[in-house]
Amino acid sequence: MWDWGTFVHYLHSLYLIEGAGVSLGLSIGAMAIGLLCGLTAALMRMSRHALLRQPASFYVWLFRGTPVLVQLIIIYTGLPQLGLKLGVLASALLGLGVNEGAYLAEIIRAGISAVPRGQFEAARSIGMTRAATMRVVVMPQALRIIIPPLGNSFNGLMKTSSLASVISMEELLRRTELLIQVQFKVLEIFVVAAVYYLVMTTLWGFVQQRLEVHFSRSVAASTRSPGVALQMTKLAVAEAVLSHDAS
Amino acid sequence: MVEAKGIHKFFGTIHVLRGVDLEVARGEVVVIVGPSGSGKSTFLRTLNHLDVPDHGSVRIDGTLLGYRPSRGGGLIAASDAMLSAQRRQIGMVFQQFNLFSHMTALENIMSGPLQVLRFSRKEATKEAKHLLELVALEDKADCYPEQLSGGQQQRVAIARSLAMHPKVMLFDEPTSALDPEMVAEVLQVILNLTQQGMTMIIVTHEIQFANKAADRILFMEGGEIIEQGRPDELVSNPRNERTQKFLRLVTGKV
Repeated sequence: MWDWGTFVHYLHSLYLIEGAGVSLGLSIGAMAIGLLCGLTAALMRMSRHALLRQPASFYVWLFRGTPVLVQLIIIYTGLPQLGLKLGVLASALLGLGVNEGAYLAEIIRAGISAVPRGQFEAARSIGMTRAATMRVVVMPQALRIIIPPLGNSFNGLMKTSSLASVISMEELLRRTELLIQVQFKVLEIFVVAAVYYLVMTTLWGFVQQRLEVHFSRSVAASTRSPGVALQMTKLAVAEAVLSHDAS
Repeated sequence: MVEAKGIHKFFGTIHVLRGVDLEVARGEVVVIVGPSGSGKSTFLRTLNHLDVPDHGSVRIDGTLLGYRPSRGGGLIAASDAMLSAQRRQIGMVFQQFNLFSHMTALENIMSGPLQVLRFSRKEATKEAKHLLELVALEDKADCYPEQLSGGQQQRVAIARSLAMHPKVMLFDEPTSALDPEMVAEVLQVILNLTQQGMTMIIVTHEIQFANKAADRILFMEGGEIIEQGRPDELVSNPRNERTQKFLRLVTGKV
C-alpha cells in the first residue's frame, strides 16, 4: 500500500537532498572533465597528423566500447592492484568524466564537420590563422549544432551518475539504498529519489532551451522580423477590399 | 604584382592544371573565361594557396607564396602564421559568398580588421561602416546574412575582403550563384573597383562584363591558357579555333 505520509516526509529529507546535491556536483564535474577530454579528442581526430589522430581514435573506441560501470569498478577496485589507489570521489569523477568525453568527442567532431567548408576558406582567405578561424568562425557555428546533443548528454550523465553508488559514492542513489535499509519503505523512498532526478533533469531542460535560443540568434533573427503576421493580415485585408470594390 | 609560373595540379589522376603561366601587373584587371572544368577556378585558388599546386610557383608582389627557403637551400612549406600573413595581401570573393552566418553584415566586414589586423573595435567599426556605404548597404549593417538577398550578401563579401586593404583581389565566379536581377548590382560594384586601380583577377562567365572591365581576357580550356588578349582583340577577333568555338557558344546564348 502506498503511504502518502512517508512519501511527503522523505520528499524534504535533508539527507536525500544532500545526496542529490552530490549527484549534481558529480555530474557537473564529470561533464567538465568530459568536455575537456572530448574537445581535445575531437580536434586530434580531425588532425592531418596520424600521430594525433590514432591515439584519439583509440580512446574513443575503448571508452565507448566498454560499459561505464566496468570502467568505474576497474578504476576504483582494479587499479590499486597496479599500485594506483584513487579515492571514491576521484574514481567517480575520472570514470564518469573520461567515459563521457569519448561520447562528447564524437558530438563535437560532428558539429565541427557540419560547418560548411566555405566558412573555413573565407576565414583563411582574409588571413586568419587556423586557431583564429576555429575560435572566431567555426566553433561559434559548431556550437549551434552541438548544444542540443550536448544537453542531451548532460541529461544522461545526471542519471548515469547513479552508477557511482556501486563504488560506494554517497550520492542520491546510494543514500536512497542506505535509507531503505533502515526505513524499509522501498516504493515511497525510491519514488522520492526518482522525483529528485526528475527535478534536476527538468531544470536542466530549461537551461538547455535558453542556451539553444542564445546560440541560434542569427538564425532566429530572420523569422523574428516584427509584424510579419500583421503585414500578412494587412495584405489579406487589402486584397479583400480590392476584390470587393471590383465587384 | 602576381606571377604564376608553371602551375600544375592533379586531383587524383586528373591533370587539372597543365602548366599555367600568368603575370599580372599592378592595377591590371585580368578576366579568365572558359568552359566548366577548364580549371579556371582551381587556378584562381592556387593564387592564394587555397589549392596547393603540385608543381610551379606563385609570387605575390615578389614574395613566394606558401613556401619559405629551408636551411639546406631548398623550399619547405611555410608555417601557418607565415601563410596567413601572406594571405592578408590577397582578397578573395567566392561564388557562394561564404559570409560568416553567425555575424551581422557589419561584424562580417569588421572580422578581418579586428582579428587579423588587430584594429580597435572603434576603428574597425568606423572602417566597416565606410565600406558598407561604398557598396550601398548602410541600412543593412545589423542584418544577418540569412536576411540578405544573394546580391546583398555578395556585396558585403566584397566589402569584407576590401577591409583588409589587399594588394590583389581574386573573384571566383562572383555572380554565378545569383539570380539575374542581382547580377548587375554586383558587377557594378566590381566595375567601380577596377576604376580605383585595384589589381584584380576575375573568373566569370559574364563576357559583356569582361569586355567592359578587363584590361586583358584569358581563355582557359582543359587546364591550359589557350589564348589571351585585350577585350577588343579577343572577343571580336579570336585567333584560336577553340576560343572562337567557346565565344560563339556563349555569346550565341546571350
